Amino acid sequence: MEDISRSVVKKDHAPKMSGRSVYVGDYETARDGRPILFGKLLHSRLARARVLGVEVPPLPEGYFYVDAKDVPGDNNVNIVLDDTPVFCRETVEYIGEPIAMLCGPDEAAVRRLASECRVEYEELEPVLDLRRAQESFFDYEYGHGDPEKAFAEADRVFEEEFETGYQDQTYLEPQGMMAEPEADGGMYVHGSLQCVYYVHGALARALGCPREAVHVFQDVTGGAFGGKEDFPSILGCQVAVAARKCAAPVRCVFDRRDDLEFTPKRHPSLSRYKVAVKDGLITAMDIDVRFNAGAYSTLSAVVLQRGIIAAPGVYRVPNLHVRGRAMKTNTAPSGAYRGFGAPQTFFAVEMMMDHIARDLGMSSLEFKERNLVRQGDATSTSGEYHFPVPLPAMVEEVDALSDFRRKQREYAAPQTGRYHRGVGLSLVYHGAGFTGSGERDLIKAVCRLRKSAAGEVEILASNGDIGQGVRTTFPKIVARELGLPLEKVSFAHPDTGRVPDSGPTVASRSLMVVGELLRRAAIRLRESWEEGREQEVEERFREPDYLLPFDLDAFRGDAYPTYAWSVSAVELELDTCTGQTRVLGACGSFDVGTPVDENIVRGQMEGGFLQGLGYSSMEKMDYDGKGRIRNNSFSDYLIPTAVDVPRLECVLHVEKYPDGPYGAKGAGELPLVGVPAAYAEAMEQALGGDGRVCHVPFTAEDALLAMAAGET
Amino acid sequence: MDEIRFILNGRETAYTGGAGDRLLDVLRKDYRCTSVKCGCGEGECGACAVLIDGRLMNSCCVAMGAVEGAEIMTLEGYRETERFTVLDRAFARATAVQCGYCIPGMVLAAEALLRRNPHPGPEEIREAISGNLCRCTGYNAIVEAISLAAKEGNGVW
Repeated sequence: MEDISRSVVKKDHAPKMSGRSVYVGDYETARDGRPILFGKLLHSRLARARVLGVEVPPLPEGYFYVDAKDVPGDNNVNIVLDDTPVFCRETVEYIGEPIAMLCGPDEAAVRRLASECRVEYEELEPVLDLRRAQESFFDYEYGHGDPEKAFAEADRVFEEEFETGYQDQTYLEPQGMMAEPEADGGMYVHGSLQCVYYVHGALARALGCPREAVHVFQDVTGGAFGGKEDFPSILGCQVAVAARKCAAPVRCVFDRRDDLEFTPKRHPSLSRYKVAVKDGLITAMDIDVRFNAGAYSTLSAVVLQRGIIAAPGVYRVPNLHVRGRAMKTNTAPSGAYRGFGAPQTFFAVEMMMDHIARDLGMSSLEFKERNLVRQGDATSTSGEYHFPVPLPAMVEEVDALSDFRRKQREYAAPQTGRYHRGVGLSLVYHGAGFTGSGERDLIKAVCRLRKSAAGEVEILASNGDIGQGVRTTFPKIVARELGLPLEKVSFAHPDTGRVPDSGPTVASRSLMVVGELLRRAAIRLRESWEEGREQEVEERFREPDYLLPFDLDAFRGDAYPTYAWSVSAVELELDTCTGQTRVLGACGSFDVGTPVDENIVRGQMEGGFLQGLGYSSMEKMDYDGKGRIRNNSFSDYLIPTAVDVPRLECVLHVEKYPDGPYGAKGAGELPLVGVPAAYAEAMEQALGGDGRVCHVPFTAEDALLAMAAGET
Repeated sequence: MDEIRFILNGRETAYTGGAGDRLLDVLRKDYRCTSVKCGCGEGECGACAVLIDGRLMNSCCVAMGAVEGAEIMTLEGYRETERFTVLDRAFARATAVQCGYCIPGMVLAAEALLRRNPHPGPEEIREAISGNLCRCTGYNAIVEAISLAAKEGNGVW
């Protein structure tokens, strides 16, 4: 094991372990000691309606009603586009859309006032069904070769459709933001969030003030997984507008039901695949992907880009046509969640490959291995796999751990008795960093190291610890390069008043991209080190020179500098009487390059894997004919507990990346991406017969339905 | 007015608010025990779990009237104990803390288990923390940490 991989006690261990960490809901007062007003959003109760007026009950002194009229700047939250309002415009577009915020000192009184507001609506017909949705926010198309010719010349052509549902991030700490007006007219906004500079940019626009007049701090954040990428910008603008009107600090912390119902979730998807096979090899794919974006575009452009780039999977597809659309529906805007569009399409392509193999009378693994990409091959976007593709070796690791091949043969024989078993395996990648030229053209990360006269070094970067460990891994890198003990290097939660913009905490980029900048900065500091003097060094992002520049209009070039890889296997047992399943074992091999702290990386792999198992099996969330999400509590939306998957084993396969720190690649998202396909393949085997699993989550009810259909 | 008398982290306490107030809110607001977290407010996630007379209870489902005469322990009190020191070391070694939000409840769940079974097997540990949701770790590291604490804390429980 590399020295850097040796695990240390995490820098934030002690305060979190002892319960001393201060999350946004824990502040007793504002920074200057003023009491904090309680903010409660008034949510739309209809999926689509014109808001004719709001009858507000008489407000006692010190209580306020805040809506779009109070937004001093632009009533649009700057995300990718600017279509998401701070408070609703003339219409509401989904159930839960914020119409106004009630604020005041007493929580119970504010809740009562909010419940007494009478909104007069003119109800309009909502669009709820993804299949019937007409309006697309984004419509992309790309490809290469001559698919039409390949389909004409194919031995066989396979067509199928796959569906995936919502998944809620279910960070344990719900969304929460707080705004404190400052004496000099500035606004201090802090809370549970991933991207201080996203919130910062959105605030300046909504408040109509110069960027220097706002500053944003990340409080200790109780999990995020993508769910606190865009939403804190919206909630941050709302509390800031409210704080400006009330001239007092305002905090809004969501309760779990509102959080599950109204905040962003993984995009539901519908993917249609048409695949040509000749001589046992894939010769063409024609793929049509639709994502349910919800009512506003928020992050859908970038989620969709990643989803459709991954759509052909880890296979060589000489002729390709992909179309992807993010459709508007009158539902809560979908957003970022670990994997960011890729889990949906990887599920579809892996199941497609399984089904083709079955129709060809081959083992799925053999068919997949025959069609795998290799180093030097073109990517889906005509870029290149510049580095070795370690999947074949990783398959062997997983086979050794799980006895996959033997079990797959064994369980293929007709099973009798009440309990039937199955195994499944999937192969995926995750491209680390922003899609395309985002790092070079949009983010342009900058970070700094500041050395005190006493020789202590502080890291100045805008990436936030959300549980993934950057407060520890960043200092580990810097301490190693400077030859300092870890205690001498610190990295506080980011505050835009102090740190440069090293980009958002997203896309598994923090360690790979910013970690490498810090490593280079530390080398420069080491080389210029002067005892007893204060020093500062700055480092800026440079794109690796081997990359084929990505053209977003044509979807051509290297979409990612490198790829993390995973092979996941699931073994389960299906109770044919109840439809319930037990995961007997789950294991995976993950190549995220060199782990910059083995325990931290292992924790990411295990946590992501379990989220993937939840997504596959039990995390079902849907809305009714009115557009209302009913699974808005932990008794209706189930996430895995400690007893659900007792045997979960993750191993690390190290293929070093020369442009990441010590060979590290992006890690956080990868482990979730391949799990649904592995689970679904295992389920198919347990179901036996011709049963096909074409959607996730695949619940006990789905298993019962499939078995009932198989019997008739 | 009637007071509700109970022991909070070893100190005699008298609450003068309503008997129907939620223990969770009272602990956080009146006694500033902010280690007690609200993850759902309806008894499903365990983030607000505290020890009441040694038993693990979700404080969001406990009315103040029910704690009359009880002994309540939150992490604010528990962190001063030797047992906590053992768990602290084990959680650190296993890197079992990610976002930290489930940890106060999780630590008290570990204590509730270890005081009745000082040497639990992995399945017993999983069962004992199954009312405490953690979305970050996948639970392996937490199970390992509690196992480690049981081993190293020989005699403490």
